[in-house]
Amino acid sequence: MNSIPTFSSMNPEAGLAKALGMPRPDIIAEISASGLKGRGGAGFPTGVKWNFAASAKADRKYIICNADEGEPGTFKDRVLLQEYADLVFEGMTIAAKAVGAKEGILFLRGEYTYLRSHLEAVLQSRREKKLLGKDVLGANFEFDIRIFMGAGAYICGEETALIECLEGFRGEPRNRPPFPVNTGFLDRPSVVNNVETLAWAACILQQGADWFKSKGTEKSTGIKIFSISGDCARPGVYEFPMGISVAELLKHVGGQNARAVQIGGASGQCIPASEFKRSIAFEDIPTGGSVIVFGPHRDMLDVLHNFLEFFLDESCGQCTPCRLGNRKLLEGVEMLQAGTCSMAYLQELCALGESMQLSSKCGLGQSSPCAFLSVVKHFRDELMGRTDHLTHA
Amino acid sequence: MSENNTLETSRRAPASQQSQSIVPPLNAQAIGGQVSLTIDGQEVKVPLGTTILDAALKIGAHIPTLCHHPDLCVAGVCRICSVEVEGMRTLQAACAFPITAPIKVKTHTAKVRLARRHIVDLLLSDHYGECYTCRRNNNCELQSLAREHGVDYFRFGHPEKPAHKIDTSSYSVVRDLNKCVLCRRCVRTCIDLQEVGTIEVVGRSDNSHITPFLDKPLGDVVCINCGQCINRCPTGALHAQDYTDEVWAAIDDPKKHVVIQTAPSPRAAIGECFGLPAGKALTFELNTALRRAGFDMVFDTNFTADLTILEEGTELLLRLKKALLLREPAAFPQFTSCSPGWVKYLEHFYPEYIPNLSTAKSPQQMFGAVIKTYYAEKHGIDPKDIVTVALMPCSAKKFECNRPEMDDSGFKDVDYGLTTRELAKMIRESGIHLPDMPKSDFDHPFGTATGSGVIFGATGGVMEAALRTVIELVCGIKVEDLFEHANIKPVRGFEGVRYVELPITTVGPVPDMLKHLFPHWNFLKGATLKVAVAHGTANAKKVMEDIKKGGQFSKCHFIEFMGCPGGCIGGGGQPIPTSPEIRAARAAAIYAEDAVYEIRKSHENPDVARIYGEFLSDGPCGQKSHKLLHTHYTARGKYID
Ligand SMILES: Cc1cc2nc3c(=O)[nH]c(=O)nc-3n(C[C@H](O)[C@H](O)[C@H](O)COP(=O)(O)O)c2cc1C
Ligand code: SF4
Ligand code: SF4
Ligand code: SF4
Ligand code: SF4
Ligand code: FES
Repeated sequence: MNSIPTFSSMNPEAGLAKALGMPRPDIIAEISASGLKGRGGAGFPTGVKWNFAASAKADRKYIICNADEGEPGTFKDRVLLQEYADLVFEGMTIAAKAVGAKEGILFLRGEYTYLRSHLEAVLQSRREKKLLGKDVLGANFEFDIRIFMGAGAYICGEETALIECLEGFRGEPRNRPPFPVNTGFLDRPSVVNNVETLAWAACILQQGADWFKSKGTEKSTGIKIFSISGDCARPGVYEFPMGISVAELLKHVGGQNARAVQIGGASGQCIPASEFKRSIAFEDIPTGGSVIVFGPHRDMLDVLHNFLEFFLDESCGQCTPCRLGNRKLLEGVEMLQAGTCSMAYLQELCALGESMQLSSKCGLGQSSPCAFLSVVKHFRDELMGRTDHLTHA
Repeated sequence: MSENNTLETSRRAPASQQSQSIVPPLNAQAIGGQVSLTIDGQEVKVPLGTTILDAALKIGAHIPTLCHHPDLCVAGVCRICSVEVEGMRTLQAACAFPITAPIKVKTHTAKVRLARRHIVDLLLSDHYGECYTCRRNNNCELQSLAREHGVDYFRFGHPEKPAHKIDTSSYSVVRDLNKCVLCRRCVRTCIDLQEVGTIEVVGRSDNSHITPFLDKPLGDVVCINCGQCINRCPTGALHAQDYTDEVWAAIDDPKKHVVIQTAPSPRAAIGECFGLPAGKALTFELNTALRRAGFDMVFDTNFTADLTILEEGTELLLRLKKALLLREPAAFPQFTSCSPGWVKYLEHFYPEYIPNLSTAKSPQQMFGAVIKTYYAEKHGIDPKDIVTVALMPCSAKKFECNRPEMDDSGFKDVDYGLTTRELAKMIRESGIHLPDMPKSDFDHPFGTATGSGVIFGATGGVMEAALRTVIELVCGIKVEDLFEHANIKPVRGFEGVRYVELPITTVGPVPDMLKHLFPHWNFLKGATLKVAVAHGTANAKKVMEDIKKGGQFSKCHFIEFMGCPGGCIGGGGQPIPTSPEIRAARAAAIYAEDAVYEIRKSHENPDVARIYGEFLSDGPCGQKSHKLLHTHYTARGKYID
């Protein structure tokens, strides 16, 4: 199993001890000052999110750790939970202190059931060490965490679908606004954070905002954990500072001869070799950490076919653009493969993709056409080649 | 009258399908709970939390909708209402977006128009059906959207074969998923409005479909046949079973004597099928039209509504006598039994309360039994040659007339239940423009109707009719002395649950008709009659749960339950669309009709007196009426084999 040097170097519980001695607004101020942005993909500033939940008035609040990790090509949260579970739980406890929550829930991906006994053991030992429970570290603060098993749907990683699922309903995204920080689990203010985001929060409390900011770019501070897979010599889990260029990243993992990389999983963007100078950061190519490397022999239509099959499977089906749009895009790829897609229809499908991005209800349908659109944009010649016999017929 | 805000509501639809609570910004107070915004450049001020859809209506901007329905909670699933909100990356669903800040909205930019057209194109790519063979032709929201959004060809294809088998298993509701657009209005209707929960979305992505438990046929699961889902379906995916061919065949058969009874609610609504605004009753025009269409006799269901009041009212008095005079246990509260949707709901969910249901048949079924006996005898017609048709606002009536026990005349009491929509179709097929018809009266011997029968159609109407009769028969006074114009207003209205107490301070002599049952009314003197009204099964559920807990409603004597929101005027066979405003207009038409009747109380109906004199000679709740006019129920439970 991979190790993550920065996380390995942390002192257990130092961040929590510090947070418990701080007034709530100071904790949030520290997180805000660090510039930490959500590591789950959307990159929402974590301090802002915590502050919303902290200022919402309610009898109960919840901290939810999103460990659904369903994005194709993402497997870093699994490593974090396996190797650094204490850091993640510590982050949840700090968040709870910051917003005033007593209950935490770890939403664990169904496929990670094998991690459950390990995580329960970690929770138990934390309770024994008074790091969880009625009176955490004697600081007159109560917080505990339970584990909720997902059932394997990718969409349940979307925070409002996750909450529906926690409430016992079909995992489908809600209308937003209102947002979970106001109306979340059981209609209470709820903070939903990615596993990695919470681990970083624990580190920031321990080492300080300045330490965190010293890495990365101005708009994308800190280090990011990457899951790297595909046609490269050394796939695995890595830490790199935010802002690293694609080329540099590929050098590290032995993927220099790639023709393209998919950044941000199936819902991310496909970056052709000509753009490998671009940097991976919220201001350029945002990511939840998944990098899939495509070697010179890959057929981009096969790649697209694979992604679209995934979305067609995983769409919850509630909204029209996503439910039926993904099917049309997939059929379009099959037509391209068979050489039966006209230019005009390809154009129409691109317009459809843009409509899906604009009008789908949640991030899934809003981003499922991204790969299609970027492949059509960057590899048009390759795709159109297969329609030659039609256009010249 | 007390509004029952204290009753417990169960958790209904999932939150993703509910309107979600709006958290007003911290400075809400400062701006008086109002927020100003611009829509298409026009300034508009609305209360905080108003949706963009509603705000746009204020400036006359009509944003298209499909999954939105005025009776239902927000879903935000079809996305046809997408609009641009300045500063937001994606389009927003106008029906689901609560305004809490001074935003700038644009409702028809190029992006918006293209996205909407794509949505319609996508829906059509998954929609098997041709409008000219569809029941919703000319009254279909998908068809209108296609017309309005410039769909000039099937951009993303059009299915050539049906993907789903049509489910015709239910007596009442036909499901044709090939035309379903997955707006989920039916699901929200069933689980949210009716709290039955028969149908749900199953499967994901393009496999998702609406289906009953375990994909069983609708006829085999717990469904109360209320048809509320039909009334809110935007397309032809849900419709009622259609018996018009069978009725035409009977009319065309010279050996058959075809008799139709018409209920007040369809008469108050059928004009909508002919382009009239809601709220104009065409009762007497309809009589002419029906005769021209070929029915042999046209009767007024109000006659048996009056009969129902006497039977059900007597039954109530008998229960009171048992409890107060004989001091024996009697099942209270007595529940009305004229709404077949409600009856089946109780049989499924509260079978232990079957003893509380009045054994009186519904007016429809009483009429069938009376026609095939009394009327047949009187006119020397062999009942086997009589075909009885009932015009009802209701899809559950189709199930009711097919209940095996409904054959007390020795024949099937009611052969066919037609909905308002089916009958409108028959009238159109006859080339008749209903609003142009001259007026004509009902046929004898059931010609005289009372206002009490008419108001059966609106929620609270049965209770009002029953109270008018019980007050006069027991107290020996005129209802008008207690309520102006005999309008018992406390039981009227659209409040989900209403509760009224009526102290009985004086009693009069027992009328002749009831002398053999009651020696005197003294046992009622000083008693307080407690009654309640609930409409829609979600409200019925609240009352039933309260009764189970021994709450306020368990102390009632009589409760009127209607399966459909608004009562029969909102029935599952009524014209589509429906909305609170439309139902209120229909109810107003009904109360206006009541007000002009000469006779407004069931017990004063001379034809009713005559049938007791000539035929049901042992009076209300006597042996004869028990055989013909009363029924029994089936404890069904909520589990499916
Ligand atoms: C379809 C979809 C799937 C998602 N899956 C995950 C996931 O598996 N893990 C995750 O942390 N966030 C996922 N997200 C993002 C969450 O909705 C949410 O933004 C995130 O959990 C917030 O945490 P953060 O601010 O710490 O990133 C997903 C979003 C979408 C639209
Ligand atoms: S975009 Fe897709 S996954 Fe998201 S709500 Fe719509 S159908 Fe469901
Ligand atoms: S449901 Fe509407 S669009 Fe479909 S066939 Fe019927 S009328 Fe036409
Ligand atoms: S008829 Fe009534 S009970 Fe049956 S599915 Fe429709 S709404 Fe539900
Ligand atoms: S059956 Fe009708 S109401 Fe139900 S989802 Fe389909 S189109 Fe909508
Ligand atoms: S009408 Fe708004 S999403 Fe359907």
